[in-house]
Amino acid sequence: MQIPYTVEPRPDTGLHNAKIGIWLFLASEVMLFGGLFSAYVLLRTGSIVWPEGSSILSVPIGTFNTMALIASSVTMVLSWAALKMNDLSKFKMYMFFTYFLGLVFLIVKVVFEYLPKFEHHLYPSESTFLAIYFTLTGLHALHVLVGVIVNIYFWGPGSKMWETEPERFTNRVEVAGLYWHFVDLVWIFLFPVLYLL
Amino acid sequence: MDNLESIQKHIRNYIMVFGALAILTVITVGASYLQVGVVSAIVIAVIIATIKGSLVASIFMHLLSEKKFVYILLGVTALLFLVLMFVTLFTVNDQVGIHVS
Repeated sequence: MQIPYTVEPRPDTGLHNAKIGIWLFLASEVMLFGGLFSAYVLLRTGSIVWPEGSSILSVPIGTFNTMALIASSVTMVLSWAALKMNDLSKFKMYMFFTYFLGLVFLIVKVVFEYLPKFEHHLYPSESTFLAIYFTLTGLHALHVLVGVIVNIYFWGPGSKMWETEPERFTNRVEVAGLYWHFVDLVWIFLFPVLYLL
Repeated sequence: MDNLESIQKHIRNYIMVFGALAILTVITVGASYLQVGVVSAIVIAVIIATIKGSLVASIFMHLLSEKKFVYILLGVTALLFLVLMFVTLFTVNDQVGIHVS
């Protein structure tokens, strides 16, 4: 069965179906992270003492990872722009940097943040701060991992679609990009809230 | 925005936004070292994060030139998000944990 409106916009919404789908999904993601942010506010305002994030977490590492995600966001949008200019090799280069920076983020998170915490017996059960820290950053890291997998697919086997349906492939990359930018957006708020306040 | 010239103009914008995001990240970290109260620190951090988030959403996610359907969807989402954030205010009069003799 042919999937309708993969390239041409639907007459009622003016959007192709994948774009409607991703925005609906991102709306649900806003509520998911929103619920957890709300839980953070409740826990923080309800506690008698709350540690300063920088006394437990490394601000330089957090800043480095913020820069990595921001850079990956710009390479993601540049990969889409490369397709718009019919340049597949540039697309592949920018997409490589996008998932590479995503992997850098994850490796830094696990090797330089999570593992040292566990070595010092700083588990989520240790304090309310660590519980919400691991919940929020763990869920976010899971999103980064999914994004990396999707981007590797479009960089590798998924890019074959460019030969047969270039416009549909470009739309797919745009949709993957919207997801990736959202993941970046969530981190932009997570970083100051957890590390700096 | 499908013609080549338009795309190249957008690419310049993307690079400029990247620069702005990097500078704002440095400002966020720098501002956290200011000797201000907790409330002021939260306000400063949230304002900078909101500016950064708006740049990502409007330029990278192309929300500046989206279709009406997306704006309606995001409007409803924003409203429900605010409800989620402020629903905890109902706990102000919560008596849990308070022992009355």
